[in-house]
Amino acid sequence: MRLSCYLGGEIPTRGRLGAPLTLRRASGSVMAVIEIRALTKRYGRTTAVSDLTFTVRPGVVTGFLGPNGAGKSTTMRMILGLDEPTSGSVTVNGRPPRAHTAPLREVGGMLDPRAVHPSRSAYHHLLALARTSGIRRSRVDEVIDAVGLRSVAGRRAGGFSLGMGQRLGIAAALLGDPATVVLDEPVNGLDVEGIRWIRALLQDLATRGKTVFVSSHLMSEIAQTATHLIVIGRGKLIADTSVADFIATAAPPPVRVRSSDQDTLAGLLRSPGVTVAPAGDGALAVSGLPAAQIGAVAAAAGITVLELATEQASLEDVFVDLTQDAVEFRAAARQAAGPTPEEEK
Amino acid sequence: MTSTTPNPAHVAAAPPAYQLPQRVTQARVLRSEWTKLRTQPSVIWSLLATTILIAGFGIVYSLVRETRPPHGAAAIASFDPAAVSLSGVQLAQIAVGVLGVLLVTSEYATGLIRVTLAAVPRRLPVLWGKAALVTAATLAASLPAVFVAFVAGQSILARAHLSVPLSDPGVVRAVAGGALYLAVAALIGLGLGGLLRSTAGGIAALFGLLFGVQLAAGFLPGSWANDVGKYVPSTAGQAVTLVHPDPASSLPPWTGFGVFCLYAAVLLGLAALRMRRGDA
Repeated sequence: MRLSCYLGGEIPTRGRLGAPLTLRRASGSVMAVIEIRALTKRYGRTTAVSDLTFTVRPGVVTGFLGPNGAGKSTTMRMILGLDEPTSGSVTVNGRPPRAHTAPLREVGGMLDPRAVHPSRSAYHHLLALARTSGIRRSRVDEVIDAVGLRSVAGRRAGGFSLGMGQRLGIAAALLGDPATVVLDEPVNGLDVEGIRWIRALLQDLATRGKTVFVSSHLMSEIAQTATHLIVIGRGKLIADTSVADFIATAAPPPVRVRSSDQDTLAGLLRSPGVTVAPAGDGALAVSGLPAAQIGAVAAAAGITVLELATEQASLEDVFVDLTQDAVEFRAAARQAAGPTPEEEK
Repeated sequence: MTSTTPNPAHVAAAPPAYQLPQRVTQARVLRSEWTKLRTQPSVIWSLLATTILIAGFGIVYSLVRETRPPHGAAAIASFDPAAVSLSGVQLAQIAVGVLGVLLVTSEYATGLIRVTLAAVPRRLPVLWGKAALVTAATLAASLPAVFVAFVAGQSILARAHLSVPLSDPGVVRAVAGGALYLAVAALIGLGLGGLLRSTAGGIAALFGLLFGVQLAAGFLPGSWANDVGKYVPSTAGQAVTLVHPDPASSLPPWTGFGVFCLYAAVLLGLAALRMRRGDA
């Protein structure tokens, strides 16, 4: 895989599998990468993150997937140097996050779109942040334009919708043109146009050689945005794999079907590898066949299909599949230092 | 609730590259905190309230004392005309103390502190920046106000022949001391805010420290009330605002102010420790 270099110097290529990524940028500093080693974080008696080890590489969008409460935000806070690891280490671009002298240049983060003073304008929120690093005013205008907040830049940030708050948070993350971008649930609250925009933005950042790490609790969202995937559950690493591999390991989602003659259709569909079960309100849940084939079977039998829908494969489904069959998954995953299901429980 | 949709024409891609060296320095953090301070309306209101309380209450209380002058030799001897015209400082300490608390706790309440500290990973420059600015802002709001209160108050008291000129020994020190006291009270608020990270907790602790401890010391038996009471934060700090502090119940002016500063320094130090270590 070829990676475009961050400062546009020579194009470095990734080392052989397992080789530590310590390529140098043209400027001499270590290339943008997040390295997490045996990271554990406890709050009192609660273990939020347990023995996480993974690397987030530049040039691709890496999704960070896990159900709510899995430890995604905790991990991201440690990447931004806000929370101290109980044990283990985090380095960003080769250094602990709090060791950077120009942090906005190294890593830009968005944890919470509500993290603004409600009566301060979006412009002044960004300006105050820019001042910490000597970033000039014109740069504030650039990021405001880039996220599409120009028309509301002078308004109180407290009156912003969640989607506008997300854009403001992303503007703050991009302020220093950082080598590494870390966004916690950036898609929450965005409308369709906003979601498309952010996908394009993340792709653009990755294409420029930046390390892009984006969390979500929705499999469907990550699948369309990220190339690589880190999956955690209950604070532990479940998978470190490409999105394509991850989806392939998960059982295909069931198809929901209602028709004029459910019993006949169920009989026609049943076969080895295909299960048909009642799904409430008279519908059938069919696993093991794509929707198109179910429709074709019904049509051939002269049955009128009233409803035919592929259930969205949620993270929860995949997640449950993984923990139920961790051994099978490990065989397929490239590097799954995940725990056994017993430990998970 | 507003819902202006951002202009789709602007939603293309990432902003262009930006390549200045972006080192974080104390001076830059100070400038950042200044940007925050001047764009936070509650700060402006607190400072305005400080000015109005000092000048307004000083004038009102001077009018009251003009109509009810001290009677008897002892009362006249202990009458402090400067203190009468500066009585608004007692109220203003709440305004500036709360301002100090809010300057920190509002960032914790909204989560803004995480944005701030991610940009300033050494963290302490943020606290020092806030401390420098809250001191400067409090002085800027209260120093003119104490002199206005003094001049207006004395001109009222002069009608009852109770006034004292600014040229008398210790008077300028006492008047300016009112503003100095307020500046340090604001720092105590800042320290409590940083230590407790909660607006309600910070304000409660502020009241406890400025008023509660003083009250409690008054309940001590015999001479303890004075001997211990001298070192209570507000009593010690207000020694600098008295033209003739009574040695029995008050420390010498600058010693008392020094003790008050020490309280602020300890609280800020504890806040700094809490901020530097552990989780933001």
